[in-house]
Amino acid sequence: MFIVKYIKDILGAVKSLAIGMKRTLYYFTHHKEIITQQYPDNKDTLVLPERFKGEVVMPHNEVNEHRCTGCTACELACPNGTIKVVTKFDITPDGKKKKAIDKLVYHLELCTMCNLCIEACPSDAIKMAQTFEHSVYDRSQLTKILNNPGSKIMEGVE
Amino acid sequence: MYRQTDIISDAQVSPQEGDLVINVGPQHPATHGVLHLVITLNGETIKKVEPHLGYIHRSIEKMCESLTYRQFIYVTSRMDYLSAHINNHACALCVEKGLQVEIPARAQVIRVLMDELTRIASHELWWGAMAMDLGAFTPFFHAFRERETINDIMEETCGARLTMNYMVPGGVMQDVHPNFQRRVKEFIQLYKRKIHEYDELVTGNIIFQNRMKGVGYLSPEDAVAYGCSGPVTRGSGVSSDIRKIYPYEIYDKLNFDEVLESGGDSFARYMIRIREMHESIKIIEQLIDNIPEGDFQAKTKAVLKLPKGEFYTRVETARGELGVYIVSEGGTTPYRIKFRSPGFSNLSVLDHIARGSKIGDLVAMMGTLDLVIPDIDR
Repeated sequence: MFIVKYIKDILGAVKSLAIGMKRTLYYFTHHKEIITQQYPDNKDTLVLPERFKGEVVMPHNEVNEHRCTGCTACELACPNGTIKVVTKFDITPDGKKKKAIDKLVYHLELCTMCNLCIEACPSDAIKMAQTFEHSVYDRSQLTKILNNPGSKIMEGVE
Repeated sequence: MYRQTDIISDAQVSPQEGDLVINVGPQHPATHGVLHLVITLNGETIKKVEPHLGYIHRSIEKMCESLTYRQFIYVTSRMDYLSAHINNHACALCVEKGLQVEIPARAQVIRVLMDELTRIASHELWWGAMAMDLGAFTPFFHAFRERETINDIMEETCGARLTMNYMVPGGVMQDVHPNFQRRVKEFIQLYKRKIHEYDELVTGNIIFQNRMKGVGYLSPEDAVAYGCSGPVTRGSGVSSDIRKIYPYEIYDKLNFDEVLESGGDSFARYMIRIREMHESIKIIEQLIDNIPEGDFQAKTKAVLKLPKGEFYTRVETARGELGVYIVSEGGTTPYRIKFRSPGFSNLSVLDHIARGSKIGDLVAMMGTLDLVIPDIDR
């Protein structure tokens, strides 16, 4: 009886290996079921979902206006000190002083894409962009100023 | 019952003449991270395994003390990065416990759905890495095919693939994407169509079975004495599922089984995780068509302040019990935060189960403990 069990064990072992090999050969002959994408080659067709968190940007309209009031809610919400709001005082036509942003400095190298600044912003001035290839040769290139030069606040945003 | 003194007394093994002491790691492909093991060998037999920790210590607990209750949650994604959602969930639950906020039903269901998807993704990766530890490279790619589908779902709804920061105190950060239900149903279809390949490729394989069965035996008493949790204890037949024992969110209303195996060896721990994936699919199937309408976030104040006191919550991550302990002095930042991570306790049992077995089995045993090193060091 020992010999019967011995042979059964060997046959069972060979069968289990053959089942696994069959699955491997199945994929070897069915190329259409392979889902691997070739990354730099598929760049033209690569579409990232609109919620993808790649980088904080500040959208501007056609006449170079943004929605940022300089309230520093994003700066307070950020856990890493990624955002620094530098404010200045504009003189309005009727002679009053009005607070506005001079620069919104964004340190991409510190950002963890946690989305807390976007949630905190009361006037929807900043949003996440879908870019992801952030590598540069020098760290200083990752410090960005989000508002365009010469831009000013949109009418009606308080 | 296992006595505490037994564990302490048999820890005193010092290298003798003729013993070989070798270092595995901190940079070693088999340890899945920067884990450093000092192994004392007598021939090929393991006499002692001594894990050296701290290579990826980022002092997350101390960092959290300087962040507000909204901010500290994102750091916890970096502890057990394979179940980032569940870590965030535990922290959000603890803050909500302090704030006494009622969570909308929709947010609860979304949270549970995300947790279970994360659990499947984590087990998929473990399955691929486990087979790779034993020398089978192909299963890794089969596991990543399904895991990639979950990552795409996460990317669409949460905006990130690994460190999502989706759970916030009061609910979830954004509503689910309009495609979410369709994509999850597609994933369930894919999973059911492909899961038999896992058994064909690995579970039934005779080489795999011979390397797993009877290796790394952990008795139920030892599992409790070492403070293990999750699939490691359930593989020894000890009921330890936090979702069943201390139900949070809507787990008490769901119909699912706690998976238990009585073997206690590496193969039992392997089977637990495979069967847990089926249970998670069962939970997702119950919820995906029944996401209630309503808010996805409760209304909370802009600045959160916890009342003075101590708060503790626990959840079941893919690796075991994660506890979050917050001491509040009444301010906007926690006075002290402590995380009870499952990986640390599960690693401590490695020395116990490895003693007396061959060095070739060490990696197989480590694989079934499912260690994530940043979770151990924090």
